[in-house]
Amino acid sequence: MSNAVSTAPGSAVGFKNSKQTEQRKAALAWLTIPALFFFLVFAVIPLAGVLILSFTSWDGIGAIGAAGLDNWFSVLADPGLYNALGLTFLIMIVSWLVQTPISLLLGVFTAGSQRYRAALAVLYFLPLLLSSAAVAIAFKALLDPNFGLATGLGLPFLAQDWLGVPHLALGLVIFVIAWQFVPFHTLIYQGGVRQIPKSLYEAAQIDGAGTIKQFFHITLPQLKYTIITSSTLMVVGSLTYFDLIFVLTGGGPGNSTRILALDMYLRGFRANLMGPASVIAVILVIIGLALALFLQRLGGKDKQGSQLEGL
Amino acid sequence: MSTVLKSNTQEARTGSLGRPASAKRGLGSRLGRLNIPGGLGGWIWLAIIILPVYYVVITSLKTQAGYFGQNPLALPTEPTLENYQSVLEADFAQYFMNSAIVTLGSVIPTVLISFMASFAIVRGSGRFLKLVNGMFLMGLAIPLQATIIPIYLMIIRLNLYDSLLALMLPSIAFAIPLTVLILSNFIRDVPNELFESMRLDGCSEWQTMWRLALPLTRPAIVTVAIYNGLHVWNGFLLPLVLTQSPSLRVLPLGLWTFQGEFSVNIPAVLASVVLSTLPILVLYVIGRRQLLAGLTAGFSK
Repeated sequence: MSNAVSTAPGSAVGFKNSKQTEQRKAALAWLTIPALFFFLVFAVIPLAGVLILSFTSWDGIGAIGAAGLDNWFSVLADPGLYNALGLTFLIMIVSWLVQTPISLLLGVFTAGSQRYRAALAVLYFLPLLLSSAAVAIAFKALLDPNFGLATGLGLPFLAQDWLGVPHLALGLVIFVIAWQFVPFHTLIYQGGVRQIPKSLYEAAQIDGAGTIKQFFHITLPQLKYTIITSSTLMVVGSLTYFDLIFVLTGGGPGNSTRILALDMYLRGFRANLMGPASVIAVILVIIGLALALFLQRLGGKDKQGSQLEGL
Repeated sequence: MSTVLKSNTQEARTGSLGRPASAKRGLGSRLGRLNIPGGLGGWIWLAIIILPVYYVVITSLKTQAGYFGQNPLALPTEPTLENYQSVLEADFAQYFMNSAIVTLGSVIPTVLISFMASFAIVRGSGRFLKLVNGMFLMGLAIPLQATIIPIYLMIIRLNLYDSLLALMLPSIAFAIPLTVLILSNFIRDVPNELFESMRLDGCSEWQTMWRLALPLTRPAIVTVAIYNGLHVWNGFLLPLVLTQSPSLRVLPLGLWTFQGEFSVNIPAVLASVVLSTLPILVLYVIGRRQLLAGLTAGFSK
């Protein structure tokens, strides 16, 4: 592919047929039709539909009737909503605080070249292979006070009624989420660390900076965009921890782990109140969009592409 | 924006090919000095990850008596495969088939139509294409699970409730935005001269797409296929809401109902967990690098 061959005649042809080229380029639009069709029918229309359904009453089987603002008033007056909102944000923030430092350090650790680190990394990533349902079921068995980890390790403090006491269940949910998702973010940080130019460390060494200094002055700043990408995925992803919590606690005990997504499901498909459930869904969409925009702004305008990719 | 996307792509590509080995080595020796606290933390985290996995595997090989009698972390004194047998008798082969059908039936169309759309977005021009691209980018920011209720309504109205097709259609739609983004980043990286020379050879855009762009974007296609495939394979909400027949259960749903029915037989429940993970574990062993690259789908920049 020599330049001489491709540029000279290429530009001549381009000049002659520039109008033709334009047409050719515009004609490509039809290639997007299949993807557009699926996206419009099963994503855009449902998105509009969820807003419309929030103004109706429907039990999931019978006819759909108009309900005006009734659902909105009843949901906004329901303390259950604020409980779910609070829990969603609590789990989001605590999960971020727990997972980010662990993932970052593990990412730096596994980016090292020692053999044993590579071997450890292979095992670290195992939770990525499991479905949320499998993880939740495994942990339920593991936490059995008599036949689980507590007895196995001889650590009686582990023998708690993890799923029966509200604050324990909440802590458990946060732990299991970390267990499941830290590997993913470790992988992201590992990739980020490997992108840092080696020359930066060489220069720092010549200047006599120690490892800790290097970590805070090179690794951490260089990982800025990785941190934003990972955090965006973590925060927006936390809105959809539905399946793990559903299988692990079912939202209980009481409503102590009933996050928004679960609240939506239980109102809609258990209590058969699709109208109020749609209100919750609209709130979820708004929170998701707001968080995405906020985090995107945090990353700066020029990084728009990668920020969006992080969603 | 386009420059940023381009640099992302490059990184994603080297990532998926596992190239930066040399850079890694140099960096590693430097990071190696963080060794003592780092190493300690590394081993602690290993214990946190491995203990549950170990417990699940050994318990799945125990008899009921062994489960109740032995130390929970001891190796089974009389290892047995009878739990696996009872899981297989409980229609797990069927669940496996359903999962495979839904996964392939979602991923293949997703990748195909997203690839076509990406090619058009990168190679074409015009307001329509800009609009389409903008819409897909917006789609990235929306938690699509929140649309489950209208999707349920639509699936009922389309007479698709309780069918495997009902799981595929929304899965395809949900996967399109990210797939288009990643694939268009890669196509944008193909040197323009290559496209020009195809054109001079008299190839149509359609031919160029299949003969030039497709082979050159293969690594990205594998990456997004794995990413989407794992999401569909492990998906829970769509099957929970859109199917009800036992014969149409996919693996995660099968796992959930199985643990409900067999809650007294923990070894069997855990055998079902192991069995449902086995196919992906095999993939992990065969193509770890590719699978991990696929998992992050180019997020690791």
